[in-house]
Amino acid sequence: MADQQEILSGLAEIVNEETGLDPSDVQMEKSFTDDLDIDSLSMMTIVVNAEEKFGVRIPDDEVKNLTTVGDAVSYIQSNQG
Amino acid sequence: MTVTPKGFAGELRTSPVSHATITGIGGYRPKRVVPNSEIVERIDSSDEWVRERSGIIERRFAGEGESVVDMSVFATEPALAMAGIEAGQLDAVIVATVSWPYQTPAAAPMIAERLGSKAAAFDISAACAGYCHAVSLATDMVRAGTAQHVLVVGVERLSDFTSPDDRGTAFIFADGAGAAVVSRSESPGIGPTVWGSDGAQWEAISQTESWIDVHEKNLGWPHIGMAGQTVFRWAVWGMAPVARKAMDAAGVTVDQLDAFIPHQANVRIVDAMAKQLGLPADLPIARDIAYTGNTSAASIPLAMERMVRHGEIPSGGLALQIGFGAGLSYAAQVVVIP
Repeated sequence: MADQQEILSGLAEIVNEETGLDPSDVQMEKSFTDDLDIDSLSMMTIVVNAEEKFGVRIPDDEVKNLTTVGDAVSYIQSNQG
Repeated sequence: MTVTPKGFAGELRTSPVSHATITGIGGYRPKRVVPNSEIVERIDSSDEWVRERSGIIERRFAGEGESVVDMSVFATEPALAMAGIEAGQLDAVIVATVSWPYQTPAAAPMIAERLGSKAAAFDISAACAGYCHAVSLATDMVRAGTAQHVLVVGVERLSDFTSPDDRGTAFIFADGAGAAVVSRSESPGIGPTVWGSDGAQWEAISQTESWIDVHEKNLGWPHIGMAGQTVFRWAVWGMAPVARKAMDAAGVTVDQLDAFIPHQANVRIVDAMAKQLGLPADLPIARDIAYTGNTSAASIPLAMERMVRHGEIPSGGLALQIGFGAGLSYAAQVVVIP
């Protein structure tokens, strides 16, 4: 099971691969849309890659609740199998 | 009392099984070019936003003299000419569409009539997967000997069923027609179809209300809505394995392909699928959506027609085509390029 820091750095790598953003910009309080300028389709790519990496299922209905990087990290942490 | 057969079932006559191939391809793009600037105001957006999210630069909307039937006839004429046959030689006309505005009769008999054909003619409804479904039906009809030449048309006037205020679809859907002639051939020209559906996601792309609700509750004109993120996930990560299965079924590898022609849903889906499939960097990939928009059933034949006309893909080469959309439904096959 990955801890919070491992999930954050794993997620930062995924975001970097999809958007080219520097992994250090991916911080817990950052909003995916407002701060990181990630659109809905890139968000879905990030979600699918995160599912594979962390062995977690993130339903489409849940994706819209993941406003900040911290939201995604907490969801992954409490749902990873 | 025992009822016994007369014993002639073994003498039932059928046609010999043969091969099928695409002998002609044609397309029709409506005259009116609609740039993003004409769409973006009502969805509080910008040209840049639309290009980034869809790859669409402009699309065509049909006007007067460009009905579903008109566009189908215009797309078919060059396809018949390329196939080297007259309309009278067609044995069947299959029209894939979701925007023919009559519950009945189908568009196909009127299209056949306009072409000068009295062939069997019917419509099918499989949305953006409609063309590949129709190619599969046509192939089986030709292979089984039911028909020698089948006309397949993919045609849409989606602008009639799109809300200009819907931020999820207003900039995507467009109009056009594509046509292919599937004919008996000496060698295999159309690989096995891999197809299926997921009715659990029936609502992911759908008309907003049923005709009965529209009528009884006085709801006004319905439009086609779409859950974009859900469709994106399904299209990219669900359809790449389907495309691989179609290649496996045809005994073809990515290195042997001469073209990849997926349904033109969104350039982001096209690019993500190509990445998932690990296609060679120099493989021609259809990106007709940039100037045509998403024309549902018409998008694959329109994209193939453009690539053939511009000499981007070789006649006699192999193209992987895959349609996917409302249903959710999908169909894929490897075909020899006409």
